[in-house]
Amino acid sequence: MAPAAPRSGDAIFASVERVNAELFTLTYGAIVRQLLTDLEEVEEVNKQLDQMGYNIGIRLIDEFLAKSNVSRCVDFKETAEVIAKVGFKMFLGVTASVTNWDADGTCCSIVLEDNPLVDFVELPDTCQGLYYCNILSGVIRGALEMVSMKTEVTWIRDVLRGDDAYELQVKLLKQVPEEYPYKDDE
Amino acid sequence: MAAIYSLYIINKSGGLIFYKDYGSKGRMDTNDSLRVASLWHSMHAISQQLSPTTGCSGIELLEADTFDLHCFQSLTGTKFFVVCEPGTQHMEALLKVIYELYTDYVLKNPFYEMEMPIRCELFDVNLTQAIQKDRVVLLGR
Repeated sequence: MAPAAPRSGDAIFASVERVNAELFTLTYGAIVRQLLTDLEEVEEVNKQLDQMGYNIGIRLIDEFLAKSNVSRCVDFKETAEVIAKVGFKMFLGVTASVTNWDADGTCCSIVLEDNPLVDFVELPDTCQGLYYCNILSGVIRGALEMVSMKTEVTWIRDVLRGDDAYELQVKLLKQVPEEYPYKDDE
Repeated sequence: MAAIYSLYIINKSGGLIFYKDYGSKGRMDTNDSLRVASLWHSMHAISQQLSPTTGCSGIELLEADTFDLHCFQSLTGTKFFVVCEPGTQHMEALLKVIYELYTDYVLKNPFYEMEMPIRCELFDVNLTQAIQKDRVVLLGR
């Protein structure tokens, strides 16, 4: 049997169960607000959001692979395209674009024009250092780690901080080979 | 009637995290199922190394006189395999369905710990349905 053809982000988005966007946005807002109350330090909240995203990412990747029928990517460029075009569409209903490749193809930017997490958000002066959507960077890092890519994901531009778009920089640190440790006697 | 004998799920380090048998044939005790799982994990790894082609992803089907073993490995390294009557059709599709059920009812369960044995009732219920539905489809042919 031939492997099933990869499905487009739109097709998957149309077929999965969805929740009300406002419920989603407000729930995320409540989580961030609670973290700020509990941890007090903005820097700690950034870290915690990233960790939460990572924990989501390591589980989410399997759902992504199961539902999208995406097979192994040839290189990191394809991986980035798949995240932007299929991944973001499937889980958030938005598409992103990939730009700013560096010369050796290990670092790029994923630019989001629309971000459902921030619909009603205005950052107060007391939270200026907060990366409100830091959960997203964690998700990408966690998901890629499960398919043997160590990455570093950082926010470059954030509309909440006065920029004109959301830009995530994804940097491939190393690719962990999937081979088993055969040399047991060492 | 084509029958599925048993289903195994092994994590990426080769530990058996789920085992269920469906028929009178090939029923095994816990020790034997663990043995089969770790044997299969090793054989799968060795087959990748022995393969004359590069980029081989391991054994997908083992045909024996008394059973077939169909295996599916996800890109994250989790292996799903069913042992069934020789010549049973559509097992690749069934394994894909099982993978989706695993992502929905195991990985999304906040109290499931990654790489640990699966004890999720919702997964059991949906799995039973999927396998019965598959039998019905096969019976209708």
